[in-house]
Amino acid sequence: MSLDLPMIWAFILAIGVMMYVLLDGFDLGVGMLTFHARDDEERNMMTATIEPVWDGNETWLIIGGGGLFAAFPTAYAIIMPAFYLPVLMMLAALIFRGVAFEFRHKAVRPLTRRFWNGAFSGGSFVAAFSQGLMLGGMIQGISVEGGAFAGGAFDWLTPFTLLTGMSVVIGYILLGSCWLVLKTEGELFLRARKWGLAALGAVAICFLAVSLATLAIDSSIGDRWGFSMLHIDFATLLPLAPVPLTGMILCAWLARDLWMEPGIHAAPDWRPFLLAAGIFLSGYFGIGISLYPFIVPFEISIHEAAARDNALGFMLVGAAIMLPVILAYTAFVYRLFWGKVKPGDGYHA
Amino acid sequence: MELDALLLSRLQFAFVIAFHIMFPAFTIGLAAFLAVCEGLWLRTGHDVFKRLYLHWIKIFALAFAMGVVSGVVMSYQFGTNWSVFSEITGSVMGPLLGYEVLTAFFLEATFLGVMLFGWNKVGRKLHFFATCAVAFGTTMSAFWILSANSWMQTPAGFDIDPQTGNYFTVSWMEVIFTPSFPSRLVHMLLAAYTTTAAVVLAAGAWQVLKDRGSEPARWQIRMAAGTLALAMPVQIWAGHWSGEVAREYQPAKIAAVEGWCTSEAVQGTMIVAWPDASECGHSGITVPGTSKYLFAPLEDGDVLQGLDAFPASELPPVWPVFWGFRIMVGCGLGMLGLGIWGVVLWWRKRLDQKGLFHLAAVPGGAFGFIAVVSGWVVAEVGRQPYTVYGFLRTEDSLSPISAGQVATSLIVFMVVYAIIFTAGVVYMARIATRGFDDRPPGRPDRDRRAPGSPLGAVDEPAEAPDDIVAVD
Repeated sequence: MSLDLPMIWAFILAIGVMMYVLLDGFDLGVGMLTFHARDDEERNMMTATIEPVWDGNETWLIIGGGGLFAAFPTAYAIIMPAFYLPVLMMLAALIFRGVAFEFRHKAVRPLTRRFWNGAFSGGSFVAAFSQGLMLGGMIQGISVEGGAFAGGAFDWLTPFTLLTGMSVVIGYILLGSCWLVLKTEGELFLRARKWGLAALGAVAICFLAVSLATLAIDSSIGDRWGFSMLHIDFATLLPLAPVPLTGMILCAWLARDLWMEPGIHAAPDWRPFLLAAGIFLSGYFGIGISLYPFIVPFEISIHEAAARDNALGFMLVGAAIMLPVILAYTAFVYRLFWGKVKPGDGYHA
Repeated sequence: MELDALLLSRLQFAFVIAFHIMFPAFTIGLAAFLAVCEGLWLRTGHDVFKRLYLHWIKIFALAFAMGVVSGVVMSYQFGTNWSVFSEITGSVMGPLLGYEVLTAFFLEATFLGVMLFGWNKVGRKLHFFATCAVAFGTTMSAFWILSANSWMQTPAGFDIDPQTGNYFTVSWMEVIFTPSFPSRLVHMLLAAYTTTAAVVLAAGAWQVLKDRGSEPARWQIRMAAGTLALAMPVQIWAGHWSGEVAREYQPAKIAAVEGWCTSEAVQGTMIVAWPDASECGHSGITVPGTSKYLFAPLEDGDVLQGLDAFPASELPPVWPVFWGFRIMVGCGLGMLGLGIWGVVLWWRKRLDQKGLFHLAAVPGGAFGFIAVVSGWVVAEVGRQPYTVYGFLRTEDSLSPISAGQVATSLIVFMVVYAIIFTAGVVYMARIATRGFDDRPPGRPDRDRRAPGSPLGAVDEPAEAPDDIVAVD
């Protein structure tokens, strides 16, 4: 029996990117929400919910970069130059935001303190927005000639990518709000529910707008779903329909959970986060269905971009052993820091 | 030299990697130091080791954050600026970096959370385990990165696909353990330990100079000076081992390091050199005949190749390699001197009285960083004009990007790194120099930690001896 190694690696990478989106998604979301913090105490409460885990969360991003290099060098060699400037924006933003976790506690003067607070929330925003730009850039396709990127430096900047950029920002804010619902109590907890509700409304609109725009971008996407403005092919659409339908149901469910007054009959505090993650998953599957089997959309397929089988096999041995271990100790650390953050927990090195 | 995308990309890579390497070098050593301190605390129950641990972990948190964010940049650089290199070498080098992520990156990043925030949440043994996991992770990271880089220096174990021109692996053992890998890994790990020791020594010496010499400060000076005195001789040997390997596999690099103009059976050691109108472009002060003692005996008729043995298109830029080497060696000797001096003073029981040694040790804290960066200049500039030595030229590795894009990114990285480097160094220096039990009078207790975080424990009264649970 021979394994289809490129497909296995595409699957592993897809899981890795999904883990990144869900995990760093909520901590970038919390970062953006610190814009709204009333004072330093509240800001510290918010960062305290993510400080022990953000580093591990961001490591999944290396799976996106390093994993693509290792498993699909051809795709890596095309995608990275295509997104040269958004990648730069994202990296610069993540640098500021990452060091701000530490630096904002170290700054002595009010001005530098304000600077690092701004770097933290602003960096979170720019990082999320650039990731959305790249997502849009992927969906709209990358121009390739002779196996190399052949487009311009600003191909990634279109109305569509601005829309996806904002969508990712709002989506991360939703995840961040639900994370705060899970991790905080009192005043901040109530405010987080309101933020979540507002973000959810915006997410639902973005969900719809991006879906429609995506259908308009490339006719092959419409064919994949069996759907266009003039025609519906039910034989194709129906088996795929549960994906967007699940997303819609989860949106409604989450709206109910966040709307209900906290009390005995209210949803448990962990449920909004789980539902928000579910909404992300349905969107993620939707994009996957639209783009499969391409890894560089509409140009290069998963198999064409893959590294040699002996490289993929060699890495698979490591991944098969290490990924479960990584997931196990990640789960352990989340369990260790489970529970509501108490005021004052946040002051830190 | 024209400022085209190639040159700008090279400058950018040199800049971001030189910036990045200082933090891993420091955190690999510091993680090991922290593991030793916590281990000693658990074993001996001496409060001083706990105080050292809780002091240095604050600096570790800062350095680690800066290492992580500048490291993420590296994993994207290969694709953004060197996409042709990435595509050609992906099936050989990619898995090495993949293994780094799988075996090292996640381990350090995840257990760092436990290390920093789990002090009161987990038991002592589990906390010690987290520290060791982070230390192990940083070391594994060095293993895979040095493996990948050594493959670029002395490529082996691969073949070239005749259709696509891409490389593929024939033997993973040969790819991972290339000829230059063992010596370079030892050299880098020792560089990390000695760099950290120099910093720890400098911070302790500063406190002694400022009359803040507390017990932990005295201990950290002893531990650091002892480490330098023990590790630096081994380090000099490891560096020489690395040089011997390079003489065999990268003779052009050694010709540039030594500044040898012509090929001779017996060469000298050039102490300094200056550019002039001579045929080879420079002359200098040479100690003759040293190669007999420095390099393994040559076979009959063999010569030590000088710069004249290579066409210009095969030579690395000579001056950065030549001077990078001398700066590195100078700093290394400086650290060796500090280590021996410190141990002698210790032996004579004069280490705690402030003196010339402490004055010299403070600037000595920078020696390790300078040596690490200049040593990497020797290694990487010396690898030119190739990215994969002897196989793939640097000019053939570049992405299809414009000079404008690279100029933009280079400026952005320079500005961003300048800001975070300045702030980071100021914050780290503030903690390192503040010492252990002195608080500036009248200053609010600004960064008091809450329960559950390590700093909170710093000012707690020393624990009663019966409270200490030793491991054994």
